[in-house]
Amino acid sequence: MVQPLLGGVLIGIAATVLLALNGRIAGNSGMLHGLLPPQKGDADWRVLYLVGLVAGAAGYGLLQPQDLAAEAARYAPPLAVVVGGMLVGLGTRLSGGCTSGHGVCGIGRLSVRSLVATLIFMAVGMLTVTLLRWR
Amino acid sequence: MTRARVASFFSGALFGVGLAMSGMLDRERILGFLDVTGAWDPTLLWVMVGAAGTTLISFRFVFRSWPFLRQQFAAADQVGITKSLVLGAALFGVGWGVSGYCPGPGVALLAVEWRTAVLYLVGVIAGSLVAHTFAAKSSAATPITCG
Repeated sequence: MVQPLLGGVLIGIAATVLLALNGRIAGNSGMLHGLLPPQKGDADWRVLYLVGLVAGAAGYGLLQPQDLAAEAARYAPPLAVVVGGMLVGLGTRLSGGCTSGHGVCGIGRLSVRSLVATLIFMAVGMLTVTLLRWR
Repeated sequence: MTRARVASFFSGALFGVGLAMSGMLDRERILGFLDVTGAWDPTLLWVMVGAAGTTLISFRFVFRSWPFLRQQFAAADQVGITKSLVLGAALFGVGWGVSGYCPGPGVALLAVEWRTAVLYLVGVIAGSLVAHTFAAKSSAATPITCG
């Protein structure tokens, strides 16, 4: 419980840094969508953010190897990963955010729109997994 | 502008550390959180409490002043509870439950198991481009605010 809470606080600080310095919402899906296609003068900071995201995870992996995460990823059904990914790309672009943009940042700035989106994707995600694991 | 780039990288890196530290790169933890009728895993809830708890406090102070390295806060592309918000959030929920990854962990996974990450990101990019091509863009450029 302590480590997830602490990791969550770091994520909150990361979002605070980007908003306070650059005036931007740290939304990971928005970071990607803004590059598809890339707009002149609006691409480099997005790429640097995403490179940072990977570098941060890699750096922490040196301290504490991410063996469980790697194993879970290796055994993930490829079709579920790619089809699920497509729905994530489609859905987050339509709704303008994901767990970070709507969830962490939207709740932080008391956006009703983001709160509604967060409740919907959490509920639908729970329903999806419940149905997939039904036996 | 260069300082803004450094800030972007730093923010992303901190986010990546937070995701890895909290176990959010492990899809079993995500699926365990969404599996409310099974052996429920509360990890993601604690992450959200830590993250949103932080922004709920810190954003209050941030919105009192201009962002330090830019003229103003970025604009939100849409306002209000729209059909695309509801439909998009629902589609994202299905995709999250099927794949076990939301976009942040999906990108950060490149550091852990890049083959799965690439497969996921190919899907995300395809879905994003479909939305970009077919969805009508409602552009109400309202600056993001607090509350």
